[in-house]
Amino acid sequence: MDRFVWTSGLLEINETLVIQQRGVRIYDGEEKIKFDAGTLLLSTHRLIWRDQKNHECCMAILLSQIVFIEEQAAGIGKSAKIVVHLHPAPPNKEPGPFQSSKNSYIKLSFKEHGQIEFYRRLSEEMTQRRWENMPVSQSLQTNRGPQAFEDLSKLMIKAKEMVELSKSIANKIKDKQGDITEDETIRFKSYLLSMGIANPVTRETYGSGTQYHMQLAKQLAGILQVPLEERGGIMSLTEVYCLVNRARGMELLSPEDLVNACKMLEALKLPLRLRVFDSGVMVIELQSHKEEEMVASALETVSEKGSLTSEEFAKLVGMSVLLAKERLLLAEKMGHLCRDDSVEGLRFYPNLFMTQS
Amino acid sequence: MHRRGVGAGAIAKKKLAEAKYKERGTVLAEDQLAQMSKQLDMFKTNLEEFASKHKQEIRKNPEFRVQFQDMCATIGVDPLACVSHCARPEMTFRLPALWSRLTLFFSRSYPGKGFWSEMLGVGDFYYELGVQIIEVCLALKHRNGGLITLEELHQQVLKGRGKFAQDVSQDDLIRAIKKLKALGTGFGIIPVGGTYLIQSVPAELNMDHTVVLQLAEKNGYVTVSEIKASLKWETERARQVLEHLLKEGLAWLDLQAPGEAHYWLPALFTDLYSQEITAEEAREALP
Repeated sequence: MDRFVWTSGLLEINETLVIQQRGVRIYDGEEKIKFDAGTLLLSTHRLIWRDQKNHECCMAILLSQIVFIEEQAAGIGKSAKIVVHLHPAPPNKEPGPFQSSKNSYIKLSFKEHGQIEFYRRLSEEMTQRRWENMPVSQSLQTNRGPQAFEDLSKLMIKAKEMVELSKSIANKIKDKQGDITEDETIRFKSYLLSMGIANPVTRETYGSGTQYHMQLAKQLAGILQVPLEERGGIMSLTEVYCLVNRARGMELLSPEDLVNACKMLEALKLPLRLRVFDSGVMVIELQSHKEEEMVASALETVSEKGSLTSEEFAKLVGMSVLLAKERLLLAEKMGHLCRDDSVEGLRFYPNLFMTQS
Repeated sequence: MHRRGVGAGAIAKKKLAEAKYKERGTVLAEDQLAQMSKQLDMFKTNLEEFASKHKQEIRKNPEFRVQFQDMCATIGVDPLACVSHCARPEMTFRLPALWSRLTLFFSRSYPGKGFWSEMLGVGDFYYELGVQIIEVCLALKHRNGGLITLEELHQQVLKGRGKFAQDVSQDDLIRAIKKLKALGTGFGIIPVGGTYLIQSVPAELNMDHTVVLQLAEKNGYVTVSEIKASLKWETERARQVLEHLLKEGLAWLDLQAPGEAHYWLPALFTDLYSQEITAEEAREALP
């Protein structure tokens, strides 16, 4: 039963309908499955089954996947059947109703008769193999677009029900209808989070403080220790984001989760901390790193060269331009450097007003 | 606020409340909560089924992704919702005993991500894209000062993605960039002409700067006269804005242009689009 793929049921160019029959049930091997009432269509290329109750449920197998077919006569209380033996599913098969099946055959049960004629026509098509001479477009294989959209719409209807329900509950909590415990309120909020529904009860952001972020913060401390040491004890948060996510490969961190975890570093007494510069730039520093002390050496470097721009300084010291600029700005803030802000760029000089007064 | 605890008084009170509400035909919040819990489990199953069929489609098909995002927005759901959307517990939870219960509860029942991310990998798609966007912006910053058109960013990101290059749209980039704003390094989206400029440095750009950028989009450069004529500004205001753009490295001054000085925006140079990122630029970008 795993050879079937979902389809829109629309015939392709070059594909013609041979015969169709209502009232057909499908068996997976000997097992009855939920597809119990549908219309079976035979085309020059495929066997298509469409659910009579739910027209969007439509699947097909290629005739080329059929090894051979057998008839099974009707009995007392049993409809006539066609047994279809199938080749194994190809590895890159498009999605269908079953991911796997232990059976290599299916049965088609004709509850409203028509088995004899259908069998005859199917045998004919198997003999003639018209599909080999009439190639159909690739989209026959990858006709998932419309189906995917339908499935998505159905899913969204269910999601919307959840949203409506959550609004109703939120209103009740606000109006205090019923005796809601704290535990239940917490549970409710976690439901909202799972669904991605904005919390209508209170709109305050949590910031940091959940178990998840605490664990994440500890992980980050482990991952970032060495890279920080290699980079002079300081890295911008964008660098950290890239480094951590490249290392993870999957289950990537969102920017918000990274920031929230970093906000907890200091509180958890980990060897790194988050620092926000006046410009809004956020960095991670080793606790042992003292940016203010780095300023002293920056002053030395600038004095040696007379004056430096952020780019020049960055190149000399081997830092990113972003962090170089922040260091020079900090030095300026502390009074060690002066700026010359012209159209030729921002240049920093030692603050002679301080040293030579 | 009382805990729903033991004691005949509490039980009686609850029974009374239940009776009152059932009388009026109102469903109690806790009953609805139980219902939501069941529906949530069912929904999770439905989503798993959907994922098993269409997870690849989300990753590979930009149009489908937009449909997905639009539908989520319509019904009021954020597939990239993070912990930061979760509210602070009620004020009465200040007791330390409750706090530890709270954190324990979260660790038990709370994965840190929403279902959508967990099962469809929607998050991974955009966060990985975020990494690629950062790298391109860093590599090209010295050329354009940290301002780049969405087109150029798109082209460079596609190049970086290699063989599967057709699977990222401009809509995807915009969504990823919006998320990157949380990192504090000045990611911004500036509408200009028919497109957008993406800012990736913490340069301060106010309304005046933005509107001059929009003016420059037409020809790739702008002059003081043009600004005065189109925006009806005084010379001084125009000069200040242009000087700021020069200082931030977003504009280059061309004193040898015919007539008056031209202020070029390297971000808007179309013939730079096709230029590859050099090895040296890539080194600057990758941590």
